Amino acid sequence: MSYVRDVGALARKDLLLELRARDTLPAMLLFVAAVFVVFHFALPGTPSRLETSGLLWVAILFTALLGLGRAFVPEREQGTLDGLVLAPCDRSAIWLAKSLATLAFLVAAEVVALPLYALFFHRVGGATVAAVALADIGICAVGTFLGAMAVATRARDLLLPLLFLPLAVPIVVGAVGASVVVSPGRYLGFLALYDLLFAVVCWASFEYVVAE
Amino acid sequence: MGRTFRIPLPALAVSSLVLVTTALAFVFFVAPNDANQGFSQRIFYFHVSIAITAYACFAGGAWNAFRHLWKRDPRADLASYVCVHQGLIFGTLVLLTGSIWAKISWGHWWLWSEDQLVLFLVLFLFYCAYFMLRFSLDPGPQRANLSAVYALFGVVLIPVSFAAIRLAKGLIHPVVFTRHGPNFGGWILVTYCVAQTAMLVLAYTLYRLELGGKRLDLRLRDLREVLA
Repeated sequence: MSYVRDVGALARKDLLLELRARDTLPAMLLFVAAVFVVFHFALPGTPSRLETSGLLWVAILFTALLGLGRAFVPEREQGTLDGLVLAPCDRSAIWLAKSLATLAFLVAAEVVALPLYALFFHRVGGATVAAVALADIGICAVGTFLGAMAVATRARDLLLPLLFLPLAVPIVVGAVGASVVVSPGRYLGFLALYDLLFAVVCWASFEYVVAE
Repeated sequence: MGRTFRIPLPALAVSSLVLVTTALAFVFFVAPNDANQGFSQRIFYFHVSIAITAYACFAGGAWNAFRHLWKRDPRADLASYVCVHQGLIFGTLVLLTGSIWAKISWGHWWLWSEDQLVLFLVLFLFYCAYFMLRFSLDPGPQRANLSAVYALFGVVLIPVSFAAIRLAKGLIHPVVFTRHGPNFGGWILVTYCVAQTAMLVLAYTLYRLELGGKRLDLRLRDLREVLA
């Protein structure tokens, strides 16, 4: 029970910081809108539904990267990461809380991005929304974990996309499949499996990322 | 530190030389021509055995990473790194040989429908990122931990990516064709086994060589610090 309370407190801290500083979310919103405009000009003529749903996923992935890159950078800059590690709570709670906070930002960005996509390109089906929900979990779980790794390096958040994109290939496969085929069950199941598998691995090994 | 018997490096080097030569001889003179693809199919023996060797190296890297995290074995971190390094070298060879084979068989240097090759590309990018990660950290326990965790992600990624690529293939190419029929026996099998053994022994020799060099380097640095 105290684990849930720790996670809640840590996540609330991140959300409160964002509410006061308004650093990440406006940047993500602006970025995703700008990416859609770039896509419109990058795809001459009237692109098909198949093409634009691929691009939707590129936009989501890169927008998520923007948020993920910011997740641990302030902690490192302010030197608060040491405090978090020393706090008398399970270390994996730090990862879980960060993932939840990043997930909240990403979902908030998508609440705007999906209608915008529908307005600019094609309408969004129920399967795509389900795929977005499932993919978000995987993206935030793995991305937050790798974000914590990346800020420990000299290259800082430059390294995050390099570490993250190869691991995101299965997410893209599952998500794009779910948004273009008629019966998306298999792809959604695959996304759920990915989430479960990597969430367990991240949860179990986060200890080694922050502790020495 | 228990004293375990290790095959001496010169013996390993000689045996890998002999095995690779034998494998080359088998591939070019003993194995029969493929009915469909003719002479060019012979690259199969190297391509597949190098691929399996690369997987073995990545698995070795993950195993050593696990040993580092679990048992805190001080030698495991370097062993894990050397395994991944060898895996990446063999992985590059897989991409090269696969590309050559694809060009000869299908007329294209790259085919997205070849799921093994695409899987290797994803893994290649993943393990290149491993090097980026490792080289932007200062030597120490943190570097060892982060590298080990990332190497362990690799063994989770391999089956997941494989399943994903199979899924994506179903999206575009619903028909899964088998290139090799059931007639996989006789000299083909013998040649393949020789080539596979040769590659594994070669990889192990290179691994031992690099590991020995790296350990010597570390010891030299320690000694210099003691003297300074």
